[in-house]
Amino acid sequence: MAPLVLTAPQNMLARTAAELVRKHGGVDRQRKLRDEGAGLGYSPEVWSEMADLGWLGIPFAEAHGGLGMGMAETVLITEAMGRGLAPEPFVSAVVFAGGLLADAGNAEQQAEWLPRLIDGEKRLAPALLEAGSRYGLDRVETRARANGGGWSLSGEKVQVVGGVGADGFVIAARTEGGDSGLTLFLVPAESDGIEVVAQGRVDSRNSAIVRLSDVHVAAGAVLGDVGGGLEPLGRAVDRATVAVCGEMLGLMTEAFERTIEYLKSRSQFGVLIGTFQALKHRAAKMFIEIELSRSAVMSAARALDEDSDDAELQVSNAKARCSDALILVTNEALQMHGGIGMTDEHDIGLFMKRARALEFAFGDAAFHRQRFARLRGF
Amino acid sequence: MSDLSAFREEARAWVEGNAPEFLRGKAADPNAWAAGGRKAPFIYPESRDWLLAAADRGLSVPTWPEEYGGAGLSRDEAAVLHEEIGRLALPLPLTGFGYSMIGPTLLDHGTEAQKAEHLPKIARGEIRWCQGYSEPNAGSDLASLATSAVRDGDFYVINGQKIWTSGADQADWIFMLVRTNPDVKKQRGITFILVDMASPGVEVRPIRLISGASPFCETFFHDVRTPVHQVIGEVNGGWTVAKALLGHERTSIGGMGRGGARASLPDMARDYVGVDGMGRIDDPAIRERVTQCEMDAMSYGLTIKRHGDGLEAGHKPGPESSMFKYYGTELNMRREELMLSIRGPQALGWEGEGFEPAELNQTRTWLRSRANSIEGGTSEIQLNIIAKRVLGLPD
Repeated sequence: MAPLVLTAPQNMLARTAAELVRKHGGVDRQRKLRDEGAGLGYSPEVWSEMADLGWLGIPFAEAHGGLGMGMAETVLITEAMGRGLAPEPFVSAVVFAGGLLADAGNAEQQAEWLPRLIDGEKRLAPALLEAGSRYGLDRVETRARANGGGWSLSGEKVQVVGGVGADGFVIAARTEGGDSGLTLFLVPAESDGIEVVAQGRVDSRNSAIVRLSDVHVAAGAVLGDVGGGLEPLGRAVDRATVAVCGEMLGLMTEAFERTIEYLKSRSQFGVLIGTFQALKHRAAKMFIEIELSRSAVMSAARALDEDSDDAELQVSNAKARCSDALILVTNEALQMHGGIGMTDEHDIGLFMKRARALEFAFGDAAFHRQRFARLRGF
Repeated sequence: MSDLSAFREEARAWVEGNAPEFLRGKAADPNAWAAGGRKAPFIYPESRDWLLAAADRGLSVPTWPEEYGGAGLSRDEAAVLHEEIGRLALPLPLTGFGYSMIGPTLLDHGTEAQKAEHLPKIARGEIRWCQGYSEPNAGSDLASLATSAVRDGDFYVINGQKIWTSGADQADWIFMLVRTNPDVKKQRGITFILVDMASPGVEVRPIRLISGASPFCETFFHDVRTPVHQVIGEVNGGWTVAKALLGHERTSIGGMGRGGARASLPDMARDYVGVDGMGRIDDPAIRERVTQCEMDAMSYGLTIKRHGDGLEAGHKPGPESSMFKYYGTELNMRREELMLSIRGPQALGWEGEGFEPAELNQTRTWLRSRANSIEGGTSEIQLNIIAKRVLGLPD
């Protein structure tokens, strides 16, 4: 297995990513976007700067105009974004939708979409969840009916991340009964019968309901094989899960460091509250949880890049660990900030809200512990 | 990496060719592990053959330089060697405080003469070491230790009492902390010194523990004389050496949190709890605890690997050893508790009929594990160290 240390170019990438997030205002930008309400919920100028830096092409082969890097680099970008609560739809559009296209798409689909995704001109959003899906990839009610030479799609997807303003959707629909009946479709947003409605979430990110009423698509819209959607979807979800873990790592690190700074500056009873052993021990335990999370994420990213036998196991290990650690850290961060942490004016609440969205993205800790046990056969 | 796979072949061939048949598969048998020494018998003579075969090639202490009895292997190479040893479920050729604690400390802080005197004897298992740190009134507050050493010509004369000296009744030498200056801040008057346990005035009394075993002793010093050249580091500079050694100790104790050659929790749970129609452990609460324990061990092992990879890449070692000591021991204790839950009433055996040998052993290892969060600095002390030295929280 590759060493769990950053190479010099990886260190450089991490620094550049941190600098980009900081330069555009860090957490203040997220607050401003939230307060403005509606719209994209992210900054098009940051997105195009990410494209200029080549980051929207990080996971794609050089043949497609990408950088040909892997998950080890991807998590450095998402970690920097997590630290500054940067709301750009990098995981959904690039890692998930783009990754699915690169994995399962045919040459024609790739040629049409990938270069435009990479240069920031077009954006895809994966429409995965339905109201009753929870975390089951195959819990899909949206139907695809054969219609002439093509297909007719009907159903409702919810919490489509980056759905507002997307140029196209990757949609999972049921073409027959059972697991094998799941098919992925690449559907342009301007297709007749699609309705996109912005959804308000606690983390105030770009999220949409996508309603499909007899949306007609050509046979060429099928991504991969008819009835064979579940496997590539599972692989894309694993990659997106680890990318999300990178964001979680950045977020927990930042919330933790802000809390430590607070313990070193806030006085009560005439002393700094950081002198209290009741707080010190909890801070030390959080530090350990963050260290373990970092190891799990770095290792899972490399396991996916190397296509190791235990990659799925490592993905679930990382997501379960990060979910538990992130909730611990953000809840403790608020507690240790005391009353000020409950005010909207203070930033720590923004971290806690985003943490919940990340916890439930692609399965929470309990879900991934079950998956881990299943993969291990006990 | 390719040179590592060449090394793996070489290591595998050597292990296959030199490991006694009898010891193969005996990694979980504590009697198979040898710490050497003049007094300690090898319970199995094969352990002695295995140790000497390894020592002839420097592989009993694989990362030490060749001139001190090692093989000069890199950390990665040593890890490969240990994996190959583990593949046949063999004990390591050598264990004990010489190998894991005083050896590495001498490599860092010893003079040329001190290294030449002590290291080759550790490597060949000729001398077994014990540790004289804690005293009856200096536990967590180790720096308040009172055992005194007073200079008399070319000797120090030592008086006082140590406690929790692991294996003192079997050890040949002790590395210990003594007070050489009572008039300064307590950390500044401590010296790290080596003493031959055969010196007149050393008295050892084993302490019987809740597990029924006596791995620890009280050790008394009445006018014990040791030459001044056995001081490691500076006189009154022993605290620095002691902290470095505690780092080795924490890493060593913390290492028990890793999976390794021990019983498989899922197998044990399948065995005792049973499985449902889908082959899952037939008790969701036990299954959840097994899963959590396995995942924690995985992330912990990865963190040890990341730390090692960092050192190999030139990162400076920091106070992380406290994290490993804390987490590794807490994890091991949680694992022992879980094994009790899994075995249920069959974990209550003390001796005699009605219990399997593994069950009887379980009772004892569980009781033994309760010390993990106390010895080598309590869990609370480790958290204090992290808060202060890693996080910079104020006193």
